[in-house]
Amino acid sequence: MPDSVMLITGARKGIGRALAETYTERGWRVIGCSRQESEYLHTNYRHFVLDVSDQAAVRTMMTSIRNGEGRLDALINNAGIASMNAALLTPLDSARRVIETNVLGTFLFCQEAARLMQKNRFGRIVNFTTVAVPFYLEGEAIYAASKAAVESLTRILARELANHGITVNAIGPTPIQTDLLRGVPYEKIEKILARQSIPRMGEPRDVVNAIDFFLRAESDFITGQVIYLGGVS
Amino acid sequence: MNQPDVLAAVLEAVAEFNEDLDEDKKLDLTPETRLLGKSSKLDSFGLVNLIIVVEEKLYDKFDKSITLADERAMSQEHSPFRSVQALSEYAYTLLSEN
Repeated sequence: MPDSVMLITGARKGIGRALAETYTERGWRVIGCSRQESEYLHTNYRHFVLDVSDQAAVRTMMTSIRNGEGRLDALINNAGIASMNAALLTPLDSARRVIETNVLGTFLFCQEAARLMQKNRFGRIVNFTTVAVPFYLEGEAIYAASKAAVESLTRILARELANHGITVNAIGPTPIQTDLLRGVPYEKIEKILARQSIPRMGEPRDVVNAIDFFLRAESDFITGQVIYLGGVS
Repeated sequence: MNQPDVLAAVLEAVAEFNEDLDEDKKLDLTPETRLLGKSSKLDSFGLVNLIIVVEEKLYDKFDKSITLADERAMSQEHSPFRSVQALSEYAYTLLSEN
Protein backbone atom coordinates (compact mmCIF):
# COMPACT_ATOMS: atom_id res chain seq x y z
CA MET A 1 0.00 0.00 0.00
CA PRO A 2 2.30 2.79 -1.18
CA ASP A 3 1.84 6.18 0.50
CA SER A 4 0.01 4.57 3.36
CA VAL A 5 1.17 5.46 6.85
CA MET A 6 2.39 2.90 9.37
CA LEU A 7 3.37 3.38 13.00
CA ILE A 8 5.78 0.89 14.56
CA THR A 9 6.58 0.90 18.27
CA GLY A 10 9.96 -0.33 19.46
CA ALA A 11 11.39 0.45 16.03
CA ARG A 12 14.99 1.17 16.99
CA LYS A 13 16.29 -2.39 16.95
CA GLY A 14 15.41 -6.05 16.57
CA ILE A 15 12.15 -6.99 14.87
CA GLY A 16 10.87 -3.41 14.98
CA ARG A 17 13.89 -2.15 13.07
CA ALA A 18 13.55 -4.96 10.51
CA LEU A 19 9.88 -4.06 10.05
CA ALA A 20 10.70 -0.36 9.67
CA GLU A 21 13.25 -1.14 6.96
CA THR A 22 10.97 -3.59 5.16
CA TYR A 23 7.96 -1.32 4.96
CA THR A 24 9.82 1.90 4.12
CA GLU A 25 11.49 0.04 1.26
CA ARG A 26 8.06 -1.03 0.07
CA GLY A 27 6.88 2.58 -0.09
CA TRP A 28 5.05 2.97 3.21
CA ARG A 29 5.56 6.18 5.13
CA VAL A 30 6.76 4.73 8.41
CA ILE A 31 6.82 6.42 11.79
CA GLY A 32 8.81 4.64 14.44
CA CYS A 33 9.27 5.24 18.12
CA SER A 34 11.44 3.95 20.92
CA ARG A 35 13.00 5.12 24.15
CA GLN A 36 16.20 6.06 22.35
CA GLU A 37 17.12 7.73 19.07
CA SER A 38 17.23 5.54 15.99
CA GLU A 39 20.17 5.40 13.63
CA TYR A 40 17.93 4.37 10.75
CA LEU A 41 17.71 7.07 8.11
CA HIS A 42 15.33 6.93 5.15
CA THR A 43 13.29 9.57 3.35
CA ASN A 44 10.12 7.62 4.23
CA TYR A 45 11.06 7.21 7.88
CA ARG A 46 10.55 9.45 10.89
CA HIS A 47 11.44 8.58 14.47
CA PHE A 48 10.06 9.74 17.81
CA VAL A 49 11.78 9.20 21.16
CA LEU A 50 9.28 8.30 23.86
CA ASP A 51 8.18 5.76 26.41
CA VAL A 52 5.18 3.85 25.06
CA SER A 53 3.35 4.11 28.38
CA ASP A 54 3.74 7.91 28.60
CA GLN A 55 0.30 9.16 27.59
CA ALA A 56 1.28 12.80 27.16
CA ALA A 57 4.23 11.94 24.91
CA VAL A 58 2.17 9.48 22.87
CA ARG A 59 -0.61 12.03 22.40
CA THR A 60 1.88 14.66 21.26
CA MET A 61 3.27 12.24 18.69
CA MET A 62 -0.21 11.32 17.47
CA THR A 63 -1.07 15.00 17.06
CA SER A 64 2.08 15.41 15.02
CA ILE A 65 1.06 12.45 12.82
CA ARG A 66 -2.45 13.84 12.47
CA ASN A 67 -1.16 17.26 11.45
CA GLY A 68 1.73 16.00 9.33
CA GLU A 69 0.41 12.85 7.64
CA GLY A 70 -3.29 13.41 8.12
CA ARG A 71 -3.91 9.69 8.41
CA LEU A 72 -2.78 6.42 9.93
CA ASP A 73 -3.36 3.11 8.19
CA ALA A 74 -1.47 0.59 10.28
CA LEU A 75 -0.16 0.24 13.80
CA ILE A 76 2.39 -2.43 14.64
CA ASN A 77 2.53 -2.67 18.42
CA ASN A 78 5.93 -4.31 18.59
CA ALA A 79 7.48 -2.64 21.65
CA GLY A 80 7.87 -5.04 24.53
CA ILE A 81 10.13 -5.99 27.36
CA ALA A 82 10.70 -9.29 29.08
CA SER A 83 11.70 -10.18 32.59
CA MET A 84 12.94 -13.71 32.87
CA ASN A 85 13.07 -14.67 36.47
CA ALA A 86 11.61 -17.17 38.90
CA ALA A 87 8.23 -15.84 40.01
CA LEU A 88 9.31 -15.99 43.65
CA LEU A 89 12.30 -13.78 42.95
CA THR A 90 10.81 -11.23 40.53
CA PRO A 91 11.00 -7.70 42.01
CA LEU A 92 7.67 -5.90 41.91
CA ASP A 93 9.26 -2.98 40.09
CA SER A 94 10.32 -5.30 37.25
CA ALA A 95 6.82 -6.73 37.08
CA ARG A 96 5.35 -3.23 37.00
CA ARG A 97 7.65 -2.15 34.15
CA VAL A 98 6.68 -5.19 32.08
CA ILE A 99 2.97 -4.54 32.60
CA GLU A 100 3.33 -0.84 31.84
CA THR A 101 5.21 -1.36 28.61
CA ASN A 102 3.53 -4.49 27.29
CA VAL A 103 -0.06 -3.99 28.43
CA LEU A 104 -0.60 -0.28 29.04
CA GLY A 105 1.68 0.70 26.15
CA THR A 106 -0.19 -1.58 23.76
CA PHE A 107 -3.55 -0.35 25.03
CA LEU A 108 -2.58 3.32 24.80
CA PHE A 109 -1.31 2.99 21.24
CA CYS A 110 -4.40 1.04 20.15
CA GLN A 111 -6.58 3.76 21.66
CA GLU A 112 -4.74 6.70 20.17
CA ALA A 113 -4.16 5.05 16.79
CA ALA A 114 -7.80 4.01 16.46
CA ARG A 115 -8.88 7.61 17.02
CA LEU A 116 -6.85 8.61 13.99
CA MET A 117 -7.76 5.57 11.90
CA GLN A 118 -11.50 5.91 12.40
CA LYS A 119 -11.49 9.18 10.44
CA ASN A 120 -10.91 7.13 7.27
CA ARG A 121 -12.99 4.19 8.45
CA PHE A 122 -9.93 2.03 7.88
CA GLY A 123 -7.13 0.68 10.00
CA ARG A 124 -5.02 -2.36 10.70
CA ILE A 125 -3.66 -2.96 14.18
CA VAL A 126 -1.23 -5.78 14.81
CA ASN A 127 -0.28 -6.51 18.41
CA PHE A 128 2.54 -8.73 19.64
CA THR A 129 2.07 -11.72 21.89
CA THR A 130 4.42 -14.68 22.33
CA VAL A 131 4.49 -18.46 22.33
CA ALA A 132 5.30 -18.15 26.04
CA VAL A 133 1.53 -17.73 26.56
CA PRO A 134 0.35 -21.13 25.24
CA PHE A 135 3.55 -22.81 26.49
CA TYR A 136 3.08 -21.55 30.08
CA LEU A 137 6.85 -21.12 30.29
CA GLU A 138 8.46 -21.31 33.71
CA GLY A 139 10.41 -18.17 34.49
CA GLU A 140 8.18 -16.05 32.26
CA ALA A 141 5.22 -15.55 34.61
CA ILE A 142 4.94 -11.78 34.33
CA TYR A 143 6.01 -11.61 30.68
CA ALA A 144 3.54 -14.33 29.63
CA ALA A 145 0.78 -12.82 31.79
CA SER A 146 1.33 -9.42 30.17
CA LYS A 147 1.09 -10.96 26.71
CA ALA A 148 -2.01 -12.95 27.69
CA ALA A 149 -3.49 -9.56 28.54
CA VAL A 150 -2.47 -8.31 25.09
CA GLU A 151 -4.36 -11.24 23.56
CA SER A 152 -7.50 -10.32 25.52
CA LEU A 153 -7.12 -6.68 24.50
CA THR A 154 -6.77 -7.78 20.89
CA ARG A 155 -9.97 -9.82 20.93
CA ILE A 156 -12.06 -7.22 22.72
CA LEU A 157 -10.75 -4.24 20.74
CA ALA A 158 -11.47 -6.23 17.57
CA ARG A 159 -15.14 -6.15 18.56
CA GLU A 160 -15.17 -2.54 19.70
CA LEU A 161 -13.38 -1.22 16.63
CA ALA A 162 -15.04 -3.35 13.96
CA ASN A 163 -17.65 -0.67 13.30
CA HIS A 164 -14.85 1.78 12.61
CA GLY A 165 -13.40 -0.38 9.83
CA ILE A 166 -10.41 -1.25 11.99
CA THR A 167 -9.14 -4.80 12.39
CA VAL A 168 -7.13 -5.85 15.44
CA ASN A 169 -5.04 -9.01 15.36
CA ALA A 170 -1.95 -10.37 17.05
CA ILE A 171 1.11 -12.32 16.11
CA GLY A 172 2.93 -14.62 18.53
CA PRO A 173 6.50 -15.15 17.44
CA THR A 174 8.67 -18.06 18.51
CA PRO A 175 12.15 -17.18 19.80
CA ILE A 176 13.93 -14.88 17.33
CA GLN A 177 17.54 -13.83 17.77
CA THR A 178 17.09 -10.34 19.24
CA ASP A 179 18.09 -8.49 22.41
CA LEU A 180 14.96 -9.83 24.09
CA LEU A 181 16.66 -13.24 24.18
CA ARG A 182 19.91 -11.86 25.53
CA GLY A 183 20.75 -13.73 28.70
CA VAL A 184 18.36 -16.61 28.00
CA PRO A 185 20.42 -19.83 28.17
CA TYR A 186 20.57 -21.65 24.83
CA GLU A 187 19.39 -24.89 26.45
CA LYS A 188 16.17 -23.14 27.42
CA ILE A 189 15.66 -21.85 23.88
CA GLU A 190 16.31 -25.35 22.52
CA LYS A 191 13.61 -26.72 24.81
CA ILE A 192 11.13 -24.16 23.50
CA LEU A 193 12.04 -24.93 19.90
CA ALA A 194 11.51 -28.64 20.57
CA ARG A 195 7.90 -27.94 21.54
CA GLN A 196 7.14 -26.17 18.24
CA SER A 197 5.68 -28.08 15.27
CA ILE A 198 8.50 -26.59 13.19
CA PRO A 199 11.51 -26.61 15.53
CA ARG A 200 13.61 -23.70 14.29
CA MET A 201 14.32 -20.15 15.40
CA GLY A 202 12.03 -17.55 13.88
CA GLU A 203 13.29 -14.92 11.45
CA PRO A 204 12.05 -11.36 10.94
CA ARG A 205 10.73 -12.47 7.53
CA ASP A 206 8.35 -14.88 9.32
CA VAL A 207 6.93 -11.95 11.27
CA VAL A 208 6.68 -9.81 8.13
CA ASN A 209 4.79 -12.59 6.37
CA ALA A 210 2.13 -12.82 9.08
CA ILE A 211 1.83 -9.04 9.30
CA ASP A 212 1.46 -8.83 5.51
CA PHE A 213 -1.53 -11.12 5.80
CA PHE A 214 -3.20 -8.92 8.41
CA LEU A 215 -2.44 -5.75 6.42
CA ARG A 216 -3.93 -6.92 3.14
CA ALA A 217 -7.03 -5.05 1.99
CA GLU A 218 -8.65 -8.48 1.50
CA SER A 219 -8.15 -9.23 5.22
CA ASP A 220 -11.02 -6.93 6.22
CA PHE A 221 -12.92 -10.00 7.49
CA ILE A 222 -10.02 -11.14 9.70
CA THR A 223 -10.05 -9.64 13.17
CA GLY A 224 -9.52 -10.70 16.79
CA GLN A 225 -7.15 -13.46 15.69
CA VAL A 226 -3.87 -14.59 17.18
CA ILE A 227 -1.38 -16.29 14.89
CA TYR A 228 1.50 -18.11 16.55
CA LEU A 229 4.51 -18.87 14.41
CA GLY A 230 6.21 -22.26 14.25
CA GLY A 231 3.03 -24.29 14.38
CA VAL A 232 2.38 -23.47 18.02
CA SER A 233 -1.23 -23.56 19.17
CA MET B 1 -10.52 31.08 27.14
CA ASN B 2 -14.01 31.43 28.58
CA GLN B 3 -17.19 29.42 28.62
CA PRO B 4 -18.61 30.86 25.34
CA ASP B 5 -15.29 30.05 23.58
CA VAL B 6 -15.55 26.44 24.66
CA LEU B 7 -19.22 26.23 23.65
CA ALA B 8 -18.31 27.64 20.24
CA ALA B 9 -15.54 25.05 19.87
CA VAL B 10 -17.89 22.21 20.84
CA LEU B 11 -20.47 23.42 18.33
CA GLU B 12 -17.74 23.60 15.70
CA ALA B 13 -16.86 19.99 16.52
CA VAL B 14 -20.52 18.98 16.21
CA ALA B 15 -20.67 20.65 12.79
CA GLU B 16 -17.56 18.73 11.74
CA PHE B 17 -19.04 15.50 13.13
CA ASN B 18 -22.24 16.16 11.12
CA GLU B 19 -20.30 16.23 7.86
CA ASP B 20 -20.07 12.43 7.81
CA LEU B 21 -23.72 11.84 8.68
CA ASP B 22 -26.84 11.37 6.60
CA GLU B 23 -29.21 14.36 6.65
CA ASP B 24 -31.68 12.76 9.08
CA LYS B 25 -28.89 11.84 11.52
CA LYS B 26 -27.31 15.28 11.74
CA LEU B 27 -27.36 16.98 15.12
CA ASP B 28 -28.84 20.45 15.54
CA LEU B 29 -26.18 23.07 16.11
CA THR B 30 -27.64 24.43 19.31
CA PRO B 31 -26.59 24.22 22.97
CA GLU B 32 -29.85 22.43 23.80
CA THR B 33 -29.20 19.52 21.43
CA ARG B 34 -29.54 16.26 23.35
CA LEU B 35 -26.64 13.81 23.12
CA LEU B 36 -28.03 11.06 25.37
CA GLY B 37 -31.42 9.48 25.86
CA LYS B 38 -34.44 8.79 23.71
CA SER B 39 -34.57 12.29 22.23
CA SER B 40 -30.97 12.05 21.03
CA LYS B 41 -30.14 11.07 17.48
CA LEU B 42 -26.92 9.48 18.67
CA ASP B 43 -26.38 5.83 19.50
CA SER B 44 -23.50 4.83 21.81
CA PHE B 45 -21.18 4.39 18.84
CA GLY B 46 -22.04 7.89 17.61
CA LEU B 47 -21.48 9.40 21.05
CA VAL B 48 -18.00 7.84 21.26
CA ASN B 49 -17.16 9.28 17.84
CA LEU B 50 -18.49 12.71 18.78
CA ILE B 51 -16.43 12.77 21.99
CA ILE B 52 -13.29 11.96 19.99
CA VAL B 53 -14.00 14.84 17.59
CA VAL B 54 -14.72 17.24 20.46
CA GLU B 55 -11.50 16.31 22.31
CA GLU B 56 -9.47 16.91 19.15
CA LYS B 57 -11.18 20.23 18.49
CA LEU B 58 -10.50 21.41 22.05
CA TYR B 59 -6.87 20.40 21.71
CA ASP B 60 -6.55 22.27 18.42
CA LYS B 61 -8.24 25.39 19.82
CA PHE B 62 -6.79 25.58 23.32
CA ASP B 63 -3.67 23.40 23.08
CA LYS B 64 -4.78 21.30 26.04
CA SER B 65 -5.36 17.59 26.03
CA ILE B 66 -8.32 16.50 28.13
CA THR B 67 -10.20 13.24 28.58
CA LEU B 68 -13.91 13.93 28.61
CA ALA B 69 -15.05 10.41 29.42
CA ASP B 70 -13.11 10.13 32.67
CA GLU B 71 -14.22 8.55 35.94
CA ARG B 72 -15.46 11.87 37.21
CA ALA B 73 -17.74 12.29 34.21
CA MET B 74 -19.18 8.83 34.77
CA SER B 75 -19.87 9.48 38.43
CA GLN B 76 -21.67 12.81 38.01
CA GLU B 77 -25.29 12.87 39.06
CA HIS B 78 -26.21 14.62 35.82
CA SER B 79 -24.24 13.24 32.90
CA PRO B 80 -22.06 15.83 31.16
CA PHE B 81 -22.99 14.10 27.93
CA ARG B 82 -26.70 14.87 28.17
CA SER B 83 -26.51 17.94 25.91
CA VAL B 84 -24.11 20.13 23.95
CA GLN B 85 -24.38 22.79 26.67
CA ALA B 86 -23.61 20.31 29.47
CA LEU B 87 -20.71 18.88 27.51
CA SER B 88 -19.20 22.30 26.91
CA GLU B 89 -19.58 23.23 30.59
CA TYR B 90 -17.83 20.04 31.64
CA ALA B 91 -15.10 20.60 29.04
CA TYR B 92 -14.63 24.14 30.32
CA THR B 93 -14.18 22.82 33.86
CA LEU B 94 -11.54 20.31 32.73
CA LEU B 95 -9.74 22.85 30.55
CA SER B 96 -9.64 25.35 33.41
CA GLU B 97 -8.07 22.77 35.71
CA ASN B 98 -5.57 21.60 33.12
